[in-house]
Amino acid sequence: MTSVVTRATSVSKARAVGSVRRPRRTKRGALLGLVAWIFGLIFVTPVLWMILTSFHSETSAATNPPSLFAPLTLDGYANFFGANTGASPWPALINSAQASIISTLLVLALSIPAAYALSIRPVRKWSDVMFFFLTTKMLPMVAGLLPIYLIAKATGLLDSIILLVILYTSMNLPIAVWMMRSFLSEIPVEILEAASIDGANLLTIFRRIIIPISGPGIAATSLICFIFSWNELLFASVLTSTQAITAPVFLTSFVTSQGLFLAKVCAAAVAVSFPVLVAGFAAQDKLVQGLSLGAVK
Amino acid sequence: MSTVAQPQQRIASIGGAPRKNSKALQRASGWVRRAPLLPALVFIILVTQLPFVITVIISFIDWNSLYPNNVKFGGFDNYVNVFTDQTMRASVVTTIILTVTVVVVSAILGLIAALLLDRKFFGRGVVRTIMIAPFLIVPVAAALLWKHALFNPEYGLFNGVLNWAFGLFHLPAPQPDWISNQPLISVEAALIWQWTPFMMLILLAGLQSRPLDVIEAAQMDGASSWQTFRYMTLPHLRRYIELAALLGSIYVVQNFDAVFTITSGGLGTANLPYTIYQQFFQAHDYGAASAAGVLVVIGSILIATFALRTVSTLLKEEN
Repeated sequence: MTSVVTRATSVSKARAVGSVRRPRRTKRGALLGLVAWIFGLIFVTPVLWMILTSFHSETSAATNPPSLFAPLTLDGYANFFGANTGASPWPALINSAQASIISTLLVLALSIPAAYALSIRPVRKWSDVMFFFLTTKMLPMVAGLLPIYLIAKATGLLDSIILLVILYTSMNLPIAVWMMRSFLSEIPVEILEAASIDGANLLTIFRRIIIPISGPGIAATSLICFIFSWNELLFASVLTSTQAITAPVFLTSFVTSQGLFLAKVCAAAVAVSFPVLVAGFAAQDKLVQGLSLGAVK
Repeated sequence: MSTVAQPQQRIASIGGAPRKNSKALQRASGWVRRAPLLPALVFIILVTQLPFVITVIISFIDWNSLYPNNVKFGGFDNYVNVFTDQTMRASVVTTIILTVTVVVVSAILGLIAALLLDRKFFGRGVVRTIMIAPFLIVPVAAALLWKHALFNPEYGLFNGVLNWAFGLFHLPAPQPDWISNQPLISVEAALIWQWTPFMMLILLAGLQSRPLDVIEAAQMDGASSWQTFRYMTLPHLRRYIELAALLGSIYVVQNFDAVFTITSGGLGTANLPYTIYQQFFQAHDYGAASAAGVLVVIGSILIATFALRTVSTLLKEEN
């Protein structure tokens, strides 16, 4: 009885306090909103600057103080795409797309069944297996670089897309297994049991139930794997040269040129980042789950 | 066949009590369970574990590819070399400073950003979206952007802004050569810019999983916003902060792109991945590169042990 009374009074007191404070609260709220905007703008300024510079001519890109309102031009992009030099980035962009897309498909083909065996019908000690996958992600890739180089040289896979596909698949597989497991464990067991009682075999269950239900999860996993493969530099720069050169390696190669090149560099950075920006913004809400290996929802 | 076997198996598992000759059945069902897992497991072992085993073996061999006739077992020679080599030791220190600075600063900035974005205000969705942008720039492109468009002493944005701001007061503007003056901080700044959104996303997810009723109750009981933050939000966030910091460390320790692009490992910014790359590419010392690789792995295992512990608490809670 007494506790009810005290709670009631404390509620009314809180209300009273709240109503007194409200004007100050909103003012403070607006101020914090402003701070958030400033914070966000500081972080996005380099990106906006990069985009703006990419549309400037080389001479107006290299002024100090910066010329914000210089006339816009597509020269930077024309230069990047090889208008003057004839060095087209398309082979590199296509190689990157091939390596990223094929490895992402391979990752899905390997990780979805694995996630099934780790969540829906779990093997014994499934959590040990999960942690094994995670530890492979924690081994620095650079430690395996030399043997991979030697093996690739011996098998003739050096400077080939296949090699990149294999490496990017292994790089992303642990992330995908963790993500897919957390998606598959959300599927209600009853549906799967009902299906298997009705005589559906494993393949049917995959095709008709698991893949449709976890569609958004599969999409998110693919996007994360695509982004990481597209971004990768170390393996690509060591293991490719002319045939399988990827977009990031191409980026590092053409900056050595002399003279004014800022607009061209910015155009290149925008062009190469474009697929990732699109994929990332599309998967914004799923990004966090992928980055935390599915540990955070 | 499998359609018949499955319901049986299920009944057996529901019934709990194994029947006669169930051992063979159980063993078979064990393999049925394991089958979908095996391709992924075999693949990852072949591609990630096998090279590492070879790295360990090479680390005990004196092997410089410029002298192919002089390959022999070297015992701990390479490790001794790595530990006595000035550049190697320096790169270990650089790696630690770089990783700790980037992770700590971006975690703090990420926490501030997450707290700001956790409140409702005009244009919250827009601010969240633009905050993510740095993370979605291809790392090499981001490094090029910082090196040429921001840090460049003649026409970079930083000196441009200084020039403009001082110009307003008709004062001579300082025009520092950012990368030459502060090479390591320059690399760190670019990385912090890229990793803050990562930290923010994980911490924001943590903030939004707070039990709101408890916090409301605390506020009703007259807790100040600092008190609710200090005694309720922060303890709840602790695991998320750990997770963000540890995952961040795993990625930042391996960083190659920024060091390679911004300073080419010069001016004391060479971290271990860059030094290993260099040993391998320029010095052609396969043995020393491998020994250094083994050391990076040992260092990573130390971090990873903590990371795994954190992740496992999250996993346990989920089940």
